[in-house]
Amino acid sequence: MKKILSNKKAITLFVCPTILIMLVIVVVPIFISAYYSMLDWDGLGKGTFVGLRNYMELAGDERFVNSIKNSLLYVFFSLFIQLPISLLLAIVVANVKRGEKFYRTTYFIPVIISGVVIGQLWQKIYNGDYGLLNALLGSLHLEHLQQDWLGQESTALIAAFIPNLWQYVGYHMLIMYAGIKSISPEIYEAATIDGANSRQIAFKVTIPLLKPVLEVCVTFSLIGALKIFDLIYVLTGGGPFFTTEVPTIYMYKTIFDSFHYGYGSAISIFIILECFVFTMLLKLFFRNKEEQV
Amino acid sequence: MRTMKHIKSGALHICLLAIAVIQVFPLFWLLGFSLKDNNEIFGGNIAGLPQNWRFSNYASAFNQANVLQYLLNSILVTAATILITIVLAATAAYAIQRMIWKGRNIAMKGILVGMMVPIHAVLLPLFIVLSKIKLLNTYWALIIPYVAFGLPLAVYLFSSFMVSIPREMEEAAAIDGCNIYKLFFRVMLPLIRPAIATVSIFTFISSWNELMFAVTFINKQEYKTLTVGIMSMVGAYTTKWGEIGAGLMIATVPTVAIYLLLSDQVQNSLVAGAVKG
Repeated sequence: MKKILSNKKAITLFVCPTILIMLVIVVVPIFISAYYSMLDWDGLGKGTFVGLRNYMELAGDERFVNSIKNSLLYVFFSLFIQLPISLLLAIVVANVKRGEKFYRTTYFIPVIISGVVIGQLWQKIYNGDYGLLNALLGSLHLEHLQQDWLGQESTALIAAFIPNLWQYVGYHMLIMYAGIKSISPEIYEAATIDGANSRQIAFKVTIPLLKPVLEVCVTFSLIGALKIFDLIYVLTGGGPFFTTEVPTIYMYKTIFDSFHYGYGSAISIFIILECFVFTMLLKLFFRNKEEQV
Repeated sequence: MRTMKHIKSGALHICLLAIAVIQVFPLFWLLGFSLKDNNEIFGGNIAGLPQNWRFSNYASAFNQANVLQYLLNSILVTAATILITIVLAATAAYAIQRMIWKGRNIAMKGILVGMMVPIHAVLLPLFIVLSKIKLLNTYWALIIPYVAFGLPLAVYLFSSFMVSIPREMEEAAAIDGCNIYKLFFRVMLPLIRPAIATVSIFTFISSWNELMFAVTFINKQEYKTLTVGIMSMVGAYTTKWGEIGAGLMIATVPTVAIYLLLSDQVQNSLVAGAVKG
């Protein structure tokens, strides 16, 4: 058995393709990106090496700072609006007596649909002239609220976030729901015997025990918000006047529309570092919390 | 007391149902306008059922707007991605989980780190490399990156599934004289069928829906997948809501159908992906 399992040729044959493809497609390109980010390069000929100048320019680039503000606002929405809704739904659905599976299955449907479809669909929902939202407002006699939701600066950013919140509420709900279902029923019995009501059970029993699951959701939601691309690309492309632009969109446009390869790569490296730093901060945050408990 | 309880649970169900409607109604509305023509939509019937069911929207999406081609491309790219991911990930997971060699822990950790890399980080270098080796505008320009970014999670899922499989079956087969390849293909592969389903579903949804690579690496009609294809269709048909709606429906129906058939399994796959991702 041991001899069979130490077959060097088989090991090489089994592992190498995976390692190789990951090296070539995932690992090496990161270093290439880091190198590009130090070039002044329009994609033609050879770039000139400029060191950290692109990064210095980024720090003073108002459009870039604005895109970060937008994405942080979106992070805020995800963490403090989307996740609480998901948590509430998870607790309620896990305790509902009938229709549990129906609710779970329905809430999850938007998750599996492509960002392109969601974006196109919501563009039509928001359409100023023929959109579903304005039609709905009209039938409620709220004509004064009808407006071009995505076309004007005052509402575009919020309007661009909502479809994503809508899409992933069911996702986080399901992760939390699975976590709640894995809590042993005896704990709930004990709490009920001790006279806890359902609100106390939620706050004192369920939520503390869900902490590892919540950490997953918070990380996922935060990183997802920082990386959001598809939906905004399809919905608004970052407009009007950059009001909905996030760093990923700015990066994409800088590289593929204005051909500033070096500058765009600096943005992409910034996005990686940003995701990495936030992940580490969250780990620290949750570890500290665990020690306090 | 009892009536209070009934009222309370009734109200709760009404809220939950209302949320269910919010989650699903936009899709029904999409189905609705995919069957209308512009006269109807712009003439005031925005939310209601179509007066004439215009299935011709689908015919023209399929024929004139190339959606049939996009659909076939999506199927081909997704199927190839799933197949290659499963073969590579299952063999790698087997070698790391079961076989004896130095460096297997490092290999595993290295593969898992790949899960943290956002695709933005590699977009431009891949674009340049693919254009240099003349792979832009081919199926491989999508399949290879999709496989690479799908592998970490797939390897993780396979190897955590293999941990729970007892070694007796392989030992018995080894005594019967099976070599390592037979151990893997005849003994292990059938045992990890549930994990194969999970990985397939996960890979299916992520590559079917992917946009950023697809829109960057493909601009020829013949190779566009549904996501890019629909983007260009929208550009060309800006005002024809019916045809666009039909295109969106065609892109959505396969995923929703699979979901409705295997809802528990799809949910589990995506949750499993999150918990490690």
